[in-house]
Amino acid sequence: MSDLNVSGAGSVYEKDQVIKIINSVIAKVEQAEETSRESIFRELKDLQDIIEKARSEIGAARPNDINDKHIPTATDELDAVVESTAEATGKIMDSCDVIQEKAESVGGQPSDDIVAEVMKIYEACSFQDITGQRITKVVGTLKEIEGKVGALVKVLSQNMPGLHDASNDEGEDQASAASDDSALLNGPQMPDKAITQDDIDALLAEFD
Amino acid sequence: MAVDKNMNVLIVDDYNTMLRIMKNLLKQLGFSNVDEASHGGEALERIKTKKYGIIISDWNMEPMTGYELLKQVRGSEMAYKDTPFIMVTAESKTENVIAAKQAGVNNYIVKPFNAETLKKKMEAVLGVF
Repeated sequence: MSDLNVSGAGSVYEKDQVIKIINSVIAKVEQAEETSRESIFRELKDLQDIIEKARSEIGAARPNDINDKHIPTATDELDAVVESTAEATGKIMDSCDVIQEKAESVGGQPSDDIVAEVMKIYEACSFQDITGQRITKVVGTLKEIEGKVGALVKVLSQNMPGLHDASNDEGEDQASAASDDSALLNGPQMPDKAITQDDIDALLAEFD
Repeated sequence: MAVDKNMNVLIVDDYNTMLRIMKNLLKQLGFSNVDEASHGGEALERIKTKKYGIIISDWNMEPMTGYELLKQVRGSEMAYKDTPFIMVTAESKTENVIAAKQAGVNNYIVKPFNAETLKKKMEAVLGVF
């Protein structure tokens, strides 16, 4: 019976097991006269079992799916959100144009009141720009994750035949292509972190 | 000096929705000669061939940002280098405002904004109208 057995414990424990088995094999080889070939074989077989188990667990996790399926699906969905809100906003503004035109043709105070309200709808439509920028920011983050996962899969693939090499350098390419004010492109801030128009006015006044 | 509402106005934004909103707000304020560009590079081409009374630009656009456009306009030796420039953007961090001011922006509007804010900022740059 081997000194060390393969267990179902987590990867940290298995890493320790691998080290122990290797040390054990080395020690037995060094004391070759007292150790049977069968004993060394059993140790090596345990080692093989652990490596096989690790390989199948990584394979079962299907890391390529993250790049091949999950992230593209998420970015496609988010792009669709931007597209559909843009389309809906366009239709709202088309209707605003018609209402505004009709109101202006009538004239008088009621007409002015209607046009003023239509302008408020127009102003509110800027939500599409803000949400679009927020979503674009999220898509950028997903692509960064995609790049990192790709690099990880590439490393795994080198020693694990059967894992498709889905890595790419897209993330790095995008970073290097960014303009020199990329550090300033933060997009819309969350309400509790944003500075207000009044804050901006005060800041600009300091330059005068 | 009275503001000439017949001046050419250039609005720059990569979102068609924003261009439309801006154009409509400007129309309500009495400015009807409004040209559009979808990024800094396109804006720069327009500026080189036509005189504008004011440029109102978004910041975050590709391939050329509004900040880069501002720097190119102010860094130019051409007549358009002093064209009034208002940044209209969702970039609302202090460092953005400072960077834009240092690059020569005349005023800065944070999105979302309304017609009243636009009018006020344009008046601060051009004079009351």
